[in-house]
Amino acid sequence: MQSIVHVVLAGLSAGMFIWLVASGLTLIFGVLGVLNFAHGSFYMLGAYVSFTLVKVLAPHFYLALLFGPLAVCLAGLVVERFFLRPVYRLELPYQLLLTFAFVLIFDNVVKLVWGGGALAPPAGLGPLRGSVSILGRNFPVYSLFVIAVGPLVALALWAVLERTWIGRIVRAASSDREMASALGVRVPALFTGVFVFGTWLGGVGGALAVPYVGLLTPGMGESIIIEAFIVAVIGGLGSLKGAFVGALVIGILSAFGTRFFPTFDMFLTFILMAAVLLVRPRGLFGAAR
Amino acid sequence: MGKKVSTAAWLLVAVALCLVPHVADRFVTYLSMRVMMLGIFALGYNLLLGRTGLLSFGHGAFYAAGAYGLGLFSLHVSPHPLLGIAVGVAAAALVALAVGFLSVRSSEVYFSMLTLAFGMMVFALVWNLREVTGGDDGLIGIARAPIRLGPARIPIAREGQYYYLVLSLFALAVWVAARVRASPFGLVLAGIRENPTRTEFAGIPVRSYRLAVFVLSGMFAGLSGALEVLLESGARPSMAHWTHSAEPILVSLLGGLHTLTGPLVGSLLFVAMREIIMRFTENWMLAFGVVLLVIILGFRGGVVGSLAEAMRRRQAARRAP
Repeated sequence: MQSIVHVVLAGLSAGMFIWLVASGLTLIFGVLGVLNFAHGSFYMLGAYVSFTLVKVLAPHFYLALLFGPLAVCLAGLVVERFFLRPVYRLELPYQLLLTFAFVLIFDNVVKLVWGGGALAPPAGLGPLRGSVSILGRNFPVYSLFVIAVGPLVALALWAVLERTWIGRIVRAASSDREMASALGVRVPALFTGVFVFGTWLGGVGGALAVPYVGLLTPGMGESIIIEAFIVAVIGGLGSLKGAFVGALVIGILSAFGTRFFPTFDMFLTFILMAAVLLVRPRGLFGAAR
Repeated sequence: MGKKVSTAAWLLVAVALCLVPHVADRFVTYLSMRVMMLGIFALGYNLLLGRTGLLSFGHGAFYAAGAYGLGLFSLHVSPHPLLGIAVGVAAAALVALAVGFLSVRSSEVYFSMLTLAFGMMVFALVWNLREVTGGDDGLIGIARAPIRLGPARIPIAREGQYYYLVLSLFALAVWVAARVRASPFGLVLAGIRENPTRTEFAGIPVRSYRLAVFVLSGMFAGLSGALEVLLESGARPSMAHWTHSAEPILVSLLGGLHTLTGPLVGSLLFVAMREIIMRFTENWMLAFGVVLLVIILGFRGGVVGSLAEAMRRRQAARRAP
């Protein structure tokens, strides 16, 4: 029993990272209509930049958490403004390929700057080190913190999108781009803003992951983007609610997989994805079209 | 360009290819084989991307299915190369059928995502099933046994001999791809690319056509993978990785998406480019990505497409008074 509680908690915290990446991916897809393959790379960049900042700013992990994702935003701004914008009018494969080119570029840049090996962040970052006893077993406080951050981000996103003036514009542009433009919304600027914000979410995920994952590797971006894709398929591409539910399900399922079927831990999530596809091709919360 | 000129060009290339092991050194022979293998991979892939308009990120998985299919068959059952290749292609077709069945039902975005995810599932399987696939070591020590056909024994152990097996299968692949493009089936595929809804309304089961071309392109990938195992005498898990799935995409874009010769020219350029770039720097992926960006932003027709476009413009200028 206690081991199951711990597996669920570990799954929840892993799911929150997937959620942070999947939410940015979903938001960008919902508004811009672009599936950003490079989103996992922004997560990875966020982790590596924050790692360096943590070393420079020594004990101030929260400053790294603030500035790391902002640096990633800058990369997002350049990608959207100078590369993605000219290809919106092209066929879909070209848009996908463009973001894919950035996956290759960012992966290689990370290897150039930080080296191809795994990096170990300094132990005991921030005031959240240590662990608490849950049902007689220790659980890291930091993981509990991560579990709390996820729903807060979800709540904030929901409030902004549903309850504010900006959210109304974003929703308008995502449901009918031309109409919004005709009503005076500056769509290109809005697109840039949404893309940069989505990048920021991925960067925050990466920065939060620094004390959590133990080792930073150049492959961390690719494994999380695949999980984010699985989440998008299960939850329905473009649905934030779906991304949240999907991320939790995938996080918990892989935690169970790692605990009980270590050889096939990835396999469980793929089986779930295939099953959802067969029953509901557009995902659990995907709009039927 | 007249039909006669084009036939002459094909013949010239064929003769040149036949002569390579006799006139060129071993390294050039080896590279020519790599070009032809990549050409087979890209030809099949381009039936999907260029012809049908579907962007798959999972073809590395079918390549690996062909490679491991041949590898396991030759290690455990029989080292006969032709049987092994047939087993590899069949394995690739099976994997492509399973992945395709789940992927082609969805819209284009979902399709790309799903092929990437399922492709990486195959990669994870190959990586984790150490007892069967050798994990990260891959399969090693696969020899090129002679081809036994009845009483005849054709040796392929030397690279100069194996070259002709690769060349024959390459010729077969080009012929099949050309036939498919010119067939009614190929025309329907182009229709699906241009407008799937209209094609559906014309009474054509779009999903079945997509699945058929998906499996066909997977078989091309499997053939290419099986040939690589025989050349390198081993299979590596990185064959299934998505960076490998990206190779035929770049090859197709380099050469040009909408022609038969595009992927072939692209393969030649790709192998040459890789040889040159790898000599100066280890950052091959960075170069790969930048070339991809340049093509997408500037030269979407690829080399063959841009040349054809320039030629058409010259002719138009000549015709105009």
